[in-house]
Amino acid sequence: MNKKFSIQALLHAIFLILITIIYMAPFFWMISTSLKPNYELYEFPPKLIPSIAEFTNYSKALQRFPFFIYFRNSLIIAGGAVLGVLISCPLVAYGLSILRWKGREIVFYAILATIMLPNAVTLIPTFLIFSRLNMVNTFWPLILPSFFGHPFYIFLIRQFFLTLPRDLFEAAKIDGASEFQTYFKIALPLIKPTLVIVGLFQFIASWNDYLGPLIYLTNEKKYPLALGLPQFLDRYGTLWNQMMAAATIAVIPTLIFFIFAQKHLLESIKFTGLKG
Amino acid sequence: MKKHKQFFTAMFFVLPGIIGLLVFRIYPILASFFFSFTEYHITLPPKWVGLENFKELFHDPLFIKSLQNTFVYFIGLVPVGLVVGILLALLLVKDFKGVSFFRAVMYMPSVVPIYAFAVVALNFFNPYLGLVNGFLAKLGVPGPLWTADDKLVKLTIILIAQWGAGQQAMILMAAMKDIPKEFYESALIDGANKWQIFKKITLPLITPAILYYFITSSILALQFFELPQIMFGGGPNNASLSIAIYLYRHAFRYGNMGYASAMAWFIFLISLGVCILYFRTSKKWVFYS
Repeated sequence: MNKKFSIQALLHAIFLILITIIYMAPFFWMISTSLKPNYELYEFPPKLIPSIAEFTNYSKALQRFPFFIYFRNSLIIAGGAVLGVLISCPLVAYGLSILRWKGREIVFYAILATIMLPNAVTLIPTFLIFSRLNMVNTFWPLILPSFFGHPFYIFLIRQFFLTLPRDLFEAAKIDGASEFQTYFKIALPLIKPTLVIVGLFQFIASWNDYLGPLIYLTNEKKYPLALGLPQFLDRYGTLWNQMMAAATIAVIPTLIFFIFAQKHLLESIKFTGLKG
Repeated sequence: MKKHKQFFTAMFFVLPGIIGLLVFRIYPILASFFFSFTEYHITLPPKWVGLENFKELFHDPLFIKSLQNTFVYFIGLVPVGLVVGILLALLLVKDFKGVSFFRAVMYMPSVVPIYAFAVVALNFFNPYLGLVNGFLAKLGVPGPLWTADDKLVKLTIILIAQWGAGQQAMILMAAMKDIPKEFYESALIDGANKWQIFKKITLPLITPAILYYFITSSILALQFFELPQIMFGGGPNNASLSIAIYLYRHAFRYGNMGYASAMAWFIFLISLGVCILYFRTSKKWVFYS
């Protein structure tokens, strides 16, 4: 029994090490390549670890590519979208869960149904709307929609509101609070943890979005990292060490975010089973 | 009177959601439906052509090719992704010392921006200087031409996509954690082995999560765009071209909004069909305890 058990434990450990090697390999390779001197780039088989750490690759990459402008643009887009969902989604969710009115269920299910809508279907008409509004080549198309609710977040926050005891809200009303006072003073503070998760999801979704910027932004001064980085590949594709340095810098914010938010993220995945 | 006031207050709260629903969801669905029956170049008003776009689609060799490629991606992302996700979840579902580190490791590639990951993967699988073939060379095995061979690029992309399997592993793990311990205890008393326990208990009890995964991942797989576009721009020789990339080319490079809308509706209908299929058959294989 004991022997069988230890063999199992050993197998488990071997698998864990394998998984770690496989899932960490791209990160290891990215950093290793980013520190290679030029003459080690084309060796085959490649060196796992560069013989000297060429940190100048980073400064060269930053000179070749206006990283800070891209970074700033990514931040504006993600920040604007986070602000949008944090303002609109709790409002709508409150109206769909705490308030009672005719037609509530129909509106809720209509919004819920659109969670499963493929982006491809709405892509072209949405683009044409923004193009008529002269908003192509601005950040608005990537920010504005989030001010009009996001079906998944609305659903998430509504679920939370439904778990709260109704007496809380009734009592506030009896004390003479208006609906808006009740919302701001009672409802919002209670769902803070959910709002953190929603903000986190949206930040990562916006920061990682590629198709949106690709369609709406053609002016390089407006590029976020999503467009700036692959462009580096097109122009300096042979300078793999600088390319990887650029990629490392682009990945760092998300990783820092991930390390800080890991607990939240993993827990939220557990109860939502979905990434925003 | 009071009812009215209540209704208007509620309207104030849900108005952003209703505007969003009408402007960014319902109108675009209807508009793209209408555009799909028109010849609509971005510079000119739409011209009604009936079913012409759809007829043309099936005579368009590139569309047929993108359809075949998307089918390959679908297989590589949905069923293969499920198997990888289940394996990861089984490894990490039990709590042991340091498990959260391994869960983080497995989940990390899913959080990294895909545009950065695609660039790294391109070098990683580069046949002449990448890590994969370097490793194979050390073992004395000639490495395949991952990113240079038309026949292999889709396989390479599917392999790279498995780095995102941490996501489905998390969902499946959550479902496994909800399985009552008594089920396993009584199975062990009956002398069941690991495989039997997995087949008879774990797998049936996570089917609701699998159904959820099938629906969400299928919708995404049918619109697969980023990896093949960033890595190869749909090439070499359109070998990695997906329907979504072809749609993007027609809409945003050539300005054929009508033809691209027909493709969008095609994707929409296939997604709908696949989801209906899942729900129809779910009575047979989804087990609600």
